[in-house]
Amino acid sequence: MSEALVSLTIDGVEVTVPAGTLIVDAAKKIGIEIPVFCYHPKLKPVGMCRMCLVEIGRPKIDRATRAVVRDENGDAVIEFGPKLETACTTPVGEGWVVLVNSERAIKERQQVVEFLLTSHPLDCPVCDKGGECPLQNLTMKHGPGESRFLYEDKMRLDKHVPLGELIFLDRERCIQCSRCIRFQTEIVDDPVIAFSERGRKLEIVTYSEPGFNSYFSGNTTDICPVGALTTADFRFSARSWELSEAASICSHCAVGCNITLHSRREARSKGAEVIKRVIPRHNDTVNEIWICDKGRFAHHYASSEDRLSQPLIKRKGKLVKTSWEEALKRVVDGLKAADGSILGIAGGRTSNEDLFLMRHLMEGLGGQAVQHGDMAGGDLVQQVGVGAETNLARLGAGDCILVVASDLHEEAPIWWLRIKQAVERGAQLIVANARTTRLDAYASHTLRYTYGEAAHTMLGLLHAVNGDGALAKFASDETREASETFAKAPNALLFYGHEGMDYEGSHALAQACASLLSATGHVARPNNGLVAVWPRCNSQGAWDMGLAPHPQGLEEALKGTKAVYVMAADPAGDDPALASMLAEIEFLVVQELFLTETAKAADVVLPAQSFAEREGTYTNGMRRVQRFYPAIAPLGETRPDWQILAAIGEAMGLEPARPSAAAVLLEIASENGDYAGLDYAALAHAESQWPPVGGKDLYFGGTANPNQQGVGVQLPSGVERGEAFEIEWSTPARVSSKRGIMMIPITKLYDRGTTIEPSQVLSSRLVSLCLHINPEDAKRLKISDGGEVDVTWNGGEQRLRTVIEEEVPRGVVLVPRSLGVPLAAPVAVKIRSVGS
Amino acid sequence: MLADNHRSEIKAILEKYPSEQKRSAVMPLLHLALQEYGHITPAALVEIAELLELEPTEVGSLIGFYTLYYDEQGGKYRIQICTDTPCALRGAEEFAEQLCAQLGIRFGETTEDGLFTVEEVKCLAACDRAPVFQVQDAEGIHYHEDQTVESAMALIQEIRKRHKDG
Amino acid sequence: MAEHILLRHRDIPDIDKLDVYMANGGFEAFKEVVTKKKPQEVIDIVRTAGLRGRGGAGFPAGVKWGFLTPDVYPRYVVANADESEPGTFKDREIMERNPFQFLEGVAICCYAAQAHEAFVYCRGEFWDLAHTLEGHIDQLYKKGLLGEKLFGKDYHLDIRVHLGAGAYICGEETALLESLEGKLGQPRLRPPFPAAEGLYGKPTVVNNVETLTNLPPILSRGADWYRSIGTEKSTGNKIFSLSGHVVRPGNYELPLGTTFRELIFEHGGGIPDGRSIKAILPAGASAAILVATDEVLDTPMDYESVRDIGSDLGSASVIVIDDSVDISWLTYKIIDFFKHESCGKCTPCREGTYWMLNILKRLQDGKATSEDIDLLDSVANSIVGKCLCALGDFAAAQVVADIARFRSDFEAHAVDGK
Ligand SMILES: Cc1cc2nc3c(=O)[nH]c(=O)nc-3n(C[C@H](O)[C@H](O)[C@H](O)COP(=O)(O)O)c2cc1C
Ligand code: SF4
Ligand code: FES
Repeated sequence: MSEALVSLTIDGVEVTVPAGTLIVDAAKKIGIEIPVFCYHPKLKPVGMCRMCLVEIGRPKIDRATRAVVRDENGDAVIEFGPKLETACTTPVGEGWVVLVNSERAIKERQQVVEFLLTSHPLDCPVCDKGGECPLQNLTMKHGPGESRFLYEDKMRLDKHVPLGELIFLDRERCIQCSRCIRFQTEIVDDPVIAFSERGRKLEIVTYSEPGFNSYFSGNTTDICPVGALTTADFRFSARSWELSEAASICSHCAVGCNITLHSRREARSKGAEVIKRVIPRHNDTVNEIWICDKGRFAHHYASSEDRLSQPLIKRKGKLVKTSWEEALKRVVDGLKAADGSILGIAGGRTSNEDLFLMRHLMEGLGGQAVQHGDMAGGDLVQQVGVGAETNLARLGAGDCILVVASDLHEEAPIWWLRIKQAVERGAQLIVANARTTRLDAYASHTLRYTYGEAAHTMLGLLHAVNGDGALAKFASDETREASETFAKAPNALLFYGHEGMDYEGSHALAQACASLLSATGHVARPNNGLVAVWPRCNSQGAWDMGLAPHPQGLEEALKGTKAVYVMAADPAGDDPALASMLAEIEFLVVQELFLTETAKAADVVLPAQSFAEREGTYTNGMRRVQRFYPAIAPLGETRPDWQILAAIGEAMGLEPARPSAAAVLLEIASENGDYAGLDYAALAHAESQWPPVGGKDLYFGGTANPNQQGVGVQLPSGVERGEAFEIEWSTPARVSSKRGIMMIPITKLYDRGTTIEPSQVLSSRLVSLCLHINPEDAKRLKISDGGEVDVTWNGGEQRLRTVIEEEVPRGVVLVPRSLGVPLAAPVAVKIRSVGS
Repeated sequence: MLADNHRSEIKAILEKYPSEQKRSAVMPLLHLALQEYGHITPAALVEIAELLELEPTEVGSLIGFYTLYYDEQGGKYRIQICTDTPCALRGAEEFAEQLCAQLGIRFGETTEDGLFTVEEVKCLAACDRAPVFQVQDAEGIHYHEDQTVESAMALIQEIRKRHKDG
Repeated sequence: MAEHILLRHRDIPDIDKLDVYMANGGFEAFKEVVTKKKPQEVIDIVRTAGLRGRGGAGFPAGVKWGFLTPDVYPRYVVANADESEPGTFKDREIMERNPFQFLEGVAICCYAAQAHEAFVYCRGEFWDLAHTLEGHIDQLYKKGLLGEKLFGKDYHLDIRVHLGAGAYICGEETALLESLEGKLGQPRLRPPFPAAEGLYGKPTVVNNVETLTNLPPILSRGADWYRSIGTEKSTGNKIFSLSGHVVRPGNYELPLGTTFRELIFEHGGGIPDGRSIKAILPAGASAAILVATDEVLDTPMDYESVRDIGSDLGSASVIVIDDSVDISWLTYKIIDFFKHESCGKCTPCREGTYWMLNILKRLQDGKATSEDIDLLDSVANSIVGKCLCALGDFAAAQVVADIARFRSDFEAHAVDGK
């Protein structure tokens, strides 16, 4: 596509940019800084702060001939208007002459700064933004020498206004640029903050319940160009220049947002280094410059007082502290005694290096390693996952995105956001789910199925493409229409989740999805392919490292096993049945951050390091391998998972110890073709991205960080690398409704998982455990809203409070995961009301 | 609930605007809530938001911007006297002060019986008939032009009497 | 006195009744255009008549209609009945006393713009008026003058009344549109202008009530007739809202180009209490004050002439100020108005009106020096030319003119006054 180009001069420098480029951006490209406040490269220009005023001269046009008037030298005669104009709203024009640093423009901008400062409290010494404040920087550079405004005339306003529990507003500092409001309205479609009042009283208010109710609220504190918006957990807690920073990757979901961890050594924490805040790090292919509030606020688990800091060993039925030497010796002995009857269970929040060594160790000992999880399809993602260079930002008009069996707003908020934006650029969205989710609002096709029939629905779409008679029974008008949209799109991405499915169901769904993609040719190209909405940040990495969930489930895998090695997973906590099996295991080792239910049952507990204390790599749902760096000093005697595993391997005489995580990645690269060529240097590579963020200038006056530590590498899919590949699909068995009402676990962003609950700022936002039921079912079962019920199922029983909701499909009840109901997959339940 | 007492009004209001532009109905609905409750109650605000599929914030933020909306209970009758330039040239400021003195309150305050709040407002487009005030109450807004303190007090007494008589 | 074109109720009693209005030729112009004229012809007639917007800016109505983005529908017409400029009360009289001519004007404008839906945006204080107007509109539906298949043609039209809630800025056309969409009434960035992207993002005509009320006579009597009234560039009659220190305040419908002197002394009866005239605000708060010299008094009130003497005709709300008035107090009142009404969206207006008022208050309280007067002047000058809409400029221009033309009134308050 060829874009029309426009040439102009800005302060005497000639520049050529695509037509439509705003003057402020054109100037930025050649290093000329035009100060801005309301302008933000990610938001639509509004031109309201008037900070960016410049002189604009346009070639004089002869009215009669419409030709440019020229002087005796043949140069175009340039005419300047009577007023300065806003560079942030004016697109460039051919032959224009823009003066940014003329005497007049400088003077008029100084006047605007003076106006801004009349109301500003100038409390920089106590302001959280001090040291990284665009207004402060600008005042130094462009401000008038001293204020002519009488200090007594200043308006006194509230300085500590909670906009909910997460974000605080300082009304005096606010300069009414509306970036926060526009972010919430334009970008994330949560218009839960707004201006009220008018004139000098204009102020930000929220009427939502809870206040500022949005999963993305923290981003407003990054883009606020002054210290008006601050986060509850960072405000007044550190000065920006005291912080040390480390690049990292968010460990809360499969998106893999790039972040920076800011930390400081603190007396309050007995001299320990603690993470003070998490801010986004620019990665246009992953998260642009945004993160969700879980990623921002849930990091406190790393500095939780409940962390394990020393190895524990079971003596006389009790866990007691011990040395690493002794603990490792006990592990070696215990594993040896198992004589190959060993199972490794690893959670998807550990790094590739950890997982790789876990498999090596287990296989070296003659056992096997599995992933703790119930979602299938990682092998298919390896085959037909997205093509290299895939970027959601490139999907637009004509392209198609299909999301099935996932509530992305809850499970992967930044994907939700970026898909919504793709729709706003014109992409078609197909949402298939058993219930309404927040994505439906943007969908061009909504496919509603009964829980258990997600795969059938995808096969219905496939039927429209391949005409296979066996599939006819799954097709409907809706699937045909959706299929047509999907098939004819130049680019299509397919996101699948595992809501309402067990492992088998999820496998069938992944197969159906993969078949649809290959039948429609949406594979092996950028911006096409399969994306798994994994429950953990590195579930795909686990698949890639050779750890798949056990197809028949952990119970099956545990049968007859003598020794079990659990890393970063809590099967006993998740499921009482597994707990009783694990209690019977001859030898149980648990490598963990916290003393989980599983750890309590262990013979040896090895304290691991959190992602903030060490380095490693994660592979996200789009198979981008990304590197994270140590941010804080390790707690106590904790060690990185890979190191512990390597030490055991060495002690058992299996393999030499690895010197570093980097060395482990090299091993991975040599063993696994997909990872060939990867090393830590490659992952640290970062090209310049647009818009530039995090500079000292005003252009992007925010606390998102530039990316100098690597944007990661997206692995090519199998088909892209030319691997032969054939997809089988099977017709999954329909879930019978005869078995009574089904209870479906659903994912909520703020559940009580190990890595969320320790963050107190989020405590009031955590969802509470309730059984969600449709009004009609409630009526039939004589259940009242808020009443208590006893729920029983095969192997389980629980008393729960009910919430009656129209959105819950009939015939099922929904229960949020990780809140105490030990349930990974749907089960048939009996419900009995016990009154309200 | 507004919807209980004003179903047909709400329907008529919604029909005024294109169906995909329901948000336009927010101002008339706020007026309706104001008439019903004397101020915009939190519950009414949420109800309006639900009716229009808006966030409560999108509704609530309007209250502060527009001077005729209130989220706090004032007097049953808000007497809003124009003291803007053209009226001030014709004695409106003195009129307003004297009226307040007679009522024993200051601008923005409410009489003890809870009936009257006196406020100064900007130009009401009645400059040729100064002094002028409007009365905002459950019935809407009505102008009173060419006023004297006596005529204004007479009106106030009449309203008071009406309230006594129920 | 010349014939009333707009305030026809002054000549014809009960013209606010539909049958009386119709008996006097009402809705014939609308019928004529719908049945016999192409929309473009209507636009051409209005352009030729030279009708300029009566809301303040004086922009030619026909030219504005010509800017509607071609082929984009639906389109909307919005009648600006927000009338909130201090000293302006003409639209109210039209809508109260001659409502059907105004509504017919709206209808004609809709036809010309090929719109099928019009909104009358009334300021919230016009509560009674708005409800009366709704009753009139109902009558038009009943008479078949609004609704489907008008005059047997394939043209349908709805007119609805929308009530504001107290905000001067909603008179600014883009703020008005925001407000009509249910948002805060803060002006939009322009371009795009309403004719390109107006209500709900669609091409929209916004015209003042008085502008629209001119349409029925223009269409029935022709552009040439209209051009014969007023001056060459400022054609037609204008309603002058006369207020302040005059014997007979009120609305006066006079040809554009009538002198200040004629308005104030002949029609308005001169200055009461034997005082003399000191100054004139020719357009409420929104145009620079004029020293009432003979030269000024003899200036014809048309858009060009008033601009030539350093002010603007605006909405022609003439406020007369006698020699008892201290102009620094007047400035204080006016800036108090603008500070109260500034929407807060753009920095210079939001902060500048607040700052200016603080200085003016200090001056009133006898706590300012003559240096503060210079500061005030300089603050005002820093606002000029920087705002998003005209409100900020109105405020600043007023202060600059007040100081330049009546500095001694300010100095008299300064603690170190000369
Ligand atoms: C601050 C401000 C207030 C205004 N108030 C009004 C008003 O009350 N009524 C009006 O008709 N125009 C008002 N205008 C002018 C409108 O923006 C717009 O120009 C006018 O409605 C166009 O109609 P016209 O061309 O028929 O005059 C105002 C403009 C500004 C900047
Ligand atoms: S000039 Fe004043 S009223 Fe106009 S946009 Fe700016 S702040 Fe709002
Ligand atoms: S007006 Fe251009 S940056 Fe605010």
